[in-house]
Amino acid sequence: MDLTSLTIDSARSAVQERKTTALALAEAHYSRIKQEDGQIGAFLTLSKERAREQADRIDRMAAEGKTLPPLGGVPVGVKDVMSTRGVRTTAGSRILENYIPPYDCTAVGRMEAAGAVVLGKMNCDEFAMGSSNENSAYHPVRNPRDLNRVPGGSSGGSAAAVAADMAVVTLGSDTGGSIRQPASFCGVVGLMPTYGRVSRYGLIAFASSLDHIGPLAKTVKDAAIVLRTIAGRDPMDSTSADAPVPDYVAELDKPVRGMKLGVAKEYFGEGLDEEVRQAVEAAIDKLQGLGCEIVTVSLPHTSYAIPTYYLIATAEASANLARYDGVRYSHRARGVKTLSEMYRRSRDEGFGDEVKRRIMLGTYALSAGYYDAYYLKAQKVRTLLTRDFDEAFHKVDAIVTPTSPTAAFRLGEKSNDPLAMYLADIYTVTADLAGIPGISVPCGETKEKLPIGLQILGKHFDEATILRVAHAYEQA
Amino acid sequence: MKVTDKDVAYVAELANLELTEEERAGMLRDLNSILEYVDRLNELDTSHVPPMAQVSDRYGVDEAKPGSARFAYASREDVLEGLRKSLPHQEALANAPDADEDFFRVPKVIER
Repeated sequence: MDLTSLTIDSARSAVQERKTTALALAEAHYSRIKQEDGQIGAFLTLSKERAREQADRIDRMAAEGKTLPPLGGVPVGVKDVMSTRGVRTTAGSRILENYIPPYDCTAVGRMEAAGAVVLGKMNCDEFAMGSSNENSAYHPVRNPRDLNRVPGGSSGGSAAAVAADMAVVTLGSDTGGSIRQPASFCGVVGLMPTYGRVSRYGLIAFASSLDHIGPLAKTVKDAAIVLRTIAGRDPMDSTSADAPVPDYVAELDKPVRGMKLGVAKEYFGEGLDEEVRQAVEAAIDKLQGLGCEIVTVSLPHTSYAIPTYYLIATAEASANLARYDGVRYSHRARGVKTLSEMYRRSRDEGFGDEVKRRIMLGTYALSAGYYDAYYLKAQKVRTLLTRDFDEAFHKVDAIVTPTSPTAAFRLGEKSNDPLAMYLADIYTVTADLAGIPGISVPCGETKEKLPIGLQILGKHFDEATILRVAHAYEQA
Repeated sequence: MKVTDKDVAYVAELANLELTEEERAGMLRDLNSILEYVDRLNELDTSHVPPMAQVSDRYGVDEAKPGSARFAYASREDVLEGLRKSLPHQEALANAPDADEDFFRVPKVIER
């Protein structure tokens, strides 16, 4: 049995039936990481001690003949923006190079309570700000399909690790596309749940009204199992919704025949790569073949999503990142004489270029005289973007689009042009702004063998429908 | 050019950043190019559109109630130790770049 090509269910059953052990599974993944990750760079920190303790616990359960929990013994990775008690958590930034959280992120705690073995922390763009993983303060991540290409971002490490069989599933975070776009670039499944579906407690904040935690996985079913595990109200996050959590796995096999899927021309316009267009159109034909009805819808404000996003996300980031002052934790500059000099120099040394750029833009957009023109304006356009979806969802059950306008681009290709990089998120930011769920599922390859992603967007709290459509497409 | 050198210096001060000469020049260029792009939002008439600050009020909110009572779903009992115990003193100080046994230490705040 190849221990590094398993899904959640096959890994768990192998441990349950004593065909292998949780420890052997973890060790097999650590060997694979040792062998592969030198050139990919998906992990920032390995949590071997914590993994072995958890694996031992699961193996004792299996030895005693107890039924393992749903993720019993499954090796997973966690994006380094999620706090892990006793395990260094950097957010991909120098400013948190030595930070060891005193508590666990709720999503990580729920994964471990369900038996998952956390192998380590995944590389990402600094504070999740980026679309290529080149903004990591430590090292970039390379796309396992082509080492000269980016894996996408900001959850680039989380996507690459799943694609290269270095973890069965990983947790990522999505603020403007950071789960779905790297999933698309690396050829894996990536799910962003509804805003409020998964607690953000312990997630290092980037833009609080837009941040989501979700899974990256080899199959839609694995993504459904993880969502079922991490979803649900958490009293530690007042924005987590008290909405009932359906059994996403049981819902997967319900038929898609008769379902109405929306196609919006705004997602197939200028800038969409021809090979991506063809693959996504072929995927839509296949869904039609499965009995779905394809309905034309309009999302007229789509072209305003990127400017809206970059004003709101940077404004919130400038406030959230004010906490890094070098006092209670985080990097402190040496040889400073006054408190204010300490703040400025610590932040100058600790933050990278993109983070500084976003703090500056956000501070500018919130500053006296510009608040109404930029921040408030963006919040109003956010209402219009959300209304677009509300109207469309009166007519359809889900909307299908490309995840990204292109397949994975080359390292360095966009790193000197912030605006060109921002446009990589053009099809994903809308869902973050509206708070609706979205999933990216692989739908073919370019001639150069680069993966292409199909995005399926759903109604608020209706992850079950988009998972079902994604599953039907994947299995067909 | 919307943003000037002076604006960059002022905003950096607000954000508690110092920035090198080179960084300031780059910031001037990037902020102007991004803000120029963002200006397309003014094509939209939003005079009768309410702003949207968050999405979490789309579930569980009781619109019939006034003010913060609408968000009753998000409230909890006020219990003595909260939802988790406060961090033990030593643990709270463990990540500090500089601390003594009781307090975080910082450079002098007021010169006299």
